[in-house]
Formats: sequence, C-alpha cells, structure tokens
Amino acid sequence: MSPYESWTIERANALIVEHRDLEGPLLPILHAFQETFGYIDEAAAPLIAQALNLSRAEVHGVVTFYHDFRRAPTGRHVLKLCRAEACQAAGGDALAARAEARLGLAMGATATDGSVTLEPVYCLGLCATAPSAMLDGRVVGRLDDKRLDALIGEAQR
Amino acid sequence: MTLRVFIPCDAGAVAVGADAIARAMAEAARHRKIDVAIVRTGSRGLYWLEPMVEVATPAGRIAYGPVRVSDVASLLDAALGDGAHPLRQGIADDIPWLKRQTRLTFARCGVIDPRSLEDYRAHGGCQGIARAILLGVPATIEEVVQSGLRGRGGAGFPTGIKWGTVAQTAAPQKYIVCNADEGDSGTFADRMIMEGDPFVLIEGMAIAGFAVGATKGYVYIRSEYPHAIATMQAACAAARRGGLLGRNIAGSAHDFDIEVRAGAGAYVCGEETSLLESLEGRRGIVRAKPPLPAHQGLFGRPTVINNVLSFASVPVILERGAAAYRDFGMGKSRGTMPIQLAGNVKYGGLFETAFGVTLGELVDEVGGGTATGRPVRAVQVGGPLGAYFPRALFDTPFDYEAFAARDGLIGHGGIVVFDDRVDMAKQARFAMEFCAIESCGKCTPCRIGSTRGVETVDRIIRGEDRAANLAVLEDLCHTMKFGSLCALGGFTPYPVMSALTHFPQDFRADPKRLEAAE
Repeated sequence: MSPYESWTIERANALIVEHRDLEGPLLPILHAFQETFGYIDEAAAPLIAQALNLSRAEVHGVVTFYHDFRRAPTGRHVLKLCRAEACQAAGGDALAARAEARLGLAMGATATDGSVTLEPVYCLGLCATAPSAMLDGRVVGRLDDKRLDALIGEAQR
Repeated sequence: MTLRVFIPCDAGAVAVGADAIARAMAEAARHRKIDVAIVRTGSRGLYWLEPMVEVATPAGRIAYGPVRVSDVASLLDAALGDGAHPLRQGIADDIPWLKRQTRLTFARCGVIDPRSLEDYRAHGGCQGIARAILLGVPATIEEVVQSGLRGRGGAGFPTGIKWGTVAQTAAPQKYIVCNADEGDSGTFADRMIMEGDPFVLIEGMAIAGFAVGATKGYVYIRSEYPHAIATMQAACAAARRGGLLGRNIAGSAHDFDIEVRAGAGAYVCGEETSLLESLEGRRGIVRAKPPLPAHQGLFGRPTVINNVLSFASVPVILERGAAAYRDFGMGKSRGTMPIQLAGNVKYGGLFETAFGVTLGELVDEVGGGTATGRPVRAVQVGGPLGAYFPRALFDTPFDYEAFAARDGLIGHGGIVVFDDRVDMAKQARFAMEFCAIESCGKCTPCRIGSTRGVETVDRIIRGEDRAANLAVLEDLCHTMKFGSLCALGGFTPYPVMSALTHFPQDFRADPKRLEAAE
C-alpha cells in the first residue's frame, strides 16, 4: 500500500493554485508535489513553468539541484542512514555496509520488490546519540547491529 | 494532587525512545488511576541521559535517566514514594554537568513546553522585546552592537553592525531571514532551540524586525529536521494568537510575521546567499558579494540574515543589557557559546559556556573522553569544513581568533570526537568527497577540485608518486581556499590539510589498507 496519491494533472494544478501566491513559491510547490505523489513527475515541470512564468529548464534545474526531490517513486519504505562525521566516529560506516549487504542494495537504490529505498543522509542532528537513522520520518539513535536489523526487518515488510 | 512529569519531545530524545516512554507513562497512570500530567519539553541537552524524565516535587524537578520503557512502572513508584530509584540523577538544575554551564541562550530549553507561549512568558520570555520597545530603534541596535554578539553560524560577523546596515538602508520592504539550515555534522544547537524553546527565536527575530523596520521574516529549516519544522510552525501560530507576531507586536506600533520554509537537502544552502536563492525558488547557487544581503538580500531587498543562535541570543541581551552579556567571554569573542559535543564521546550534548574554555577541558573533562573508552586521537571542530585537531592542540581556547590562529575554526560550535581507530586519510578523503557531493557548482576550484582531491588522496593512500601527489593535494587545497566564493570550497581544505599536517603517518601506503581496498 502506497501512502501516496497517483499523479494526476488536476491534483497537481490544485496544489499549484494553493501555493502560487506565496513569495518564492517554487520550493513549496515541489515539496507539496512530493508529499502528495511521493515524487516529482516528469509532467510537473511544464505545468509549474507555465503557472509561475518560468522556463521548463528553470524548473527542471531546481528539481535536479536538490537532493530531496525525487524523479521516480521510492520503495514503500525509505531507510536513511546518516553517513556524516559524527556518525562515522561512532561506527556508522560499518552499519552502512551491513545495511547494504543485508538488503543487497547500494546506497540510493530501491529493492526490486519495491519494499525499500536505502539512502544516505548527511546529518540528522542527532550527533550526541550517534549513529542515527530515519525510517519513513521516524528517527532512531544509538544504532547498533541489533537495532539496524530490526529497522531493516520493518522496512522489508 | 496532579503529578507533573516532564518528558522531552526533542528529536534526539525521541530517537532513543522518549515517545514510547511518554506513552508507557500515560498508560501506567491510567491503569493505576493516578492523576499524572505529562508535559513534553525540549531536551536539557544531557544526551547520554536521554530519555531523561523529570518529576516535579516541592524541592524542584527530579531527573531520572536514561529511562527505558521497562523502568516506567518503578519510576512511577519512586515518584509517588520517596523518589529513590537507580536512575535518579537528583534535582535537574543541580546535575553538575548542567550546573557548571552558563545558560543564557538555552536558559529555558528542556524546561518549558515549547508550544506554550504562556509557559515561555512565565519563565521570563518576552521581556527582551518589551525592553527593546521601551528603548526604541537606535538604542536597541546599539545594545546588540555593545553586547559584542557575533554571528553564531560560523562566520562570526558582528550582529549589531549587520542590523545597523539594514536599518540605514531605505526600502519599501525589508526582510528578516533566519538561517536554520544547520547542516554541519556534530551540531544540533539550532535544532534544540527550535524544538525546545522556539519562542526565544521568534522573539529574537521580532526584535530584529522592530529594530531594522522589517515586517516579514522567514525561518529556513533544513528538511532533515521534521520535528523542528513542526514545532516552529506550532510556535508561530501560538505567537500570532498571543500577540508576539502579527499586527502591533508586543503592544508596539510595529507589524511583523514569520513564515517557516523547508529546505530540500542541499548542504550549501546553509551559506547565506545560497539560502536566499533557495527561498526565492531557485537552485541554491552562491551569489558573489557585494552586494551584501544587508543591502540587496531576499528578492533584492535589504535583509538581516542570521543564524538561529544569533537571533536566540538577542532576547537575553536586551533583557539584561549589553554589559551583562559582554562580561562573559574572552578577547573579541563575547558572551556564551552553545558548544555541542558529539560523535564518539562519553557525555555528549549541549554545553553552553563563556568563550575561553579550552578544547581539552571540553573534550576530556566535560565530554569525559570517548564513549568506547579508547584514547581520543582527533576531534573535528566546526563541522565538515572544520579542522581536525590532535591532542597536542587541546590547549586552544574556544575563541574565534584562537582557532583561526591554529588553522582551524569554531564554526557553529560542534565538536566531533574520534578514538584511536580513526583513519585520518579516510577522513580527509571524505571531506573532499562531501564537497564534491554538495558543491553548488559555481566555482571551478570547488566543483572540480573536490573530485580531483578525492582522486589525489586515493593515489597517496595507494603509494603512487607520493611526494608529487602530496604537492598536488596541497596546491589543490590552496586553489580551493582562495578561488572559491563561499566556505564550502574555501574551507574544505581545513579538514584535509589539518589531517595531513597533524596525522601524516595515516597517509602512508599501508599494506592492510591496500588489502582492504582490493
């Protein structure tokens, strides 16, 4: 079960109307698309470009600049592992390697059964309870092999 | 009688189970038919004790931690009885780690309900803006100048001077922008404030708006901080209802409102001009300065852009007066700095103290060394762009100039501790790799130099033309340092060169490493 709606032009246009009067509306619109559909569809750029009087290239440029914006749906779960220095100091590299091995996925890849996407993240601000991870928006600190395996089990469901 | 129990909702506490503790506590109270009021607070910043639960008693709030779900029943027994419990830490304010701090900016963090403006007011909030309104505009800016407050984001530019420039620049619209894109690994002070005492940030921004004549403010929060975004939004709504935002703020003739915006996972947007580009809806490409944001910032308008901690330090400065703040600190670093101890550290957390404390005191005494119990070999101060310092430099006082004199920086005040198993060549390589991932692409030395840097470190580690490649790396760092517009390309050489200078033995071809690489 996907937590997201299917992409439709009508819904996309409604989201654009909802946010277009903000100052600097592009990022809020892209966030709304991603929260609603789970990713930014290829068809989004021309719609947004027309509504905001931008070129398609400008919109495409913004979508591709930011790490958050995805251009394809993710797995049903997204497991993010912090790869930054504080987590490295606390053994994060070994945990990342373990997650890759257990899931059979490289960082950034999605399982073929669509269950989980594994992603690196550069700091969740949980550096005093490192190493840390985030599963579908839920933060987890003091990660060790056991806790990581439990998260992986959850993500594979 | 209602038993008042305080449980953090800070993301760092939630990550180690605070939500589950709160649920278990509510369940246990219901089951036993005890009248318990659970107040969700921010964190006190003693993270090794999280989840830390506090129980109100006539003697003060008694702290227990680190609490597991299985401890909740016995903890409730203790709270109803004589308070004795193996996890008891005593009166929270008297815990030595907390007591030896000077909490000015973080005075209320972990104490109050971050969504209650009434609680904020009851703990001394809103007195800074009240005094600012009494003092008037020029005197308010003068107080900030006299306090010696310098930008806490890392650059250390005097906050009051920045405000004065914006105040003097005439424009039909001015903006206050809060940089809450706290991307440095090892830092979490901004997050703690936003999750634990968001009103102090709102009050600081409102004072700035009043002082420079800006009516609109933005808080740009990184998307990796969903808890902070939610708390800031709730706090802004409460501030609007309570008259701290909106029309005639705090009873003045000035209007000011704040909008919370989410970043989208770009580290470089922590650089102020890149952040402004992002707010405007563009790629986060760094701008050349001048024009300064104070003259032409957001949408080309005069803009005060400050870090969370800079704004959050302003209310106490206005409340107590510039001199009371300036009296803390050393040299040109005045006041207090919220220092964050992170990574492989025994007592990790938020330690706010006057400038001047040495790195060694912070790491060994306050931090208690490593969590693994192994010797501390290196610390990185100031995030991914900060230098790695060996023990030999632990006498460096925490001060902007003292760190600069030793080719380092204090940045946003994060200290990441590493034990003796750290491979410094790997850390140097990561610094270059991170720069390559996050470069906005504007400056060639940063965009391309970082990738060449990764390759060069790899060659050195493999033992290929070692002397020649070391010279290339040094030259590359020099070019990046002086040929990049912002700190990403400009400061990546700090971790690289400090690793090479202080830990040269790690850059020799090591048969074990070669084996592992194959």
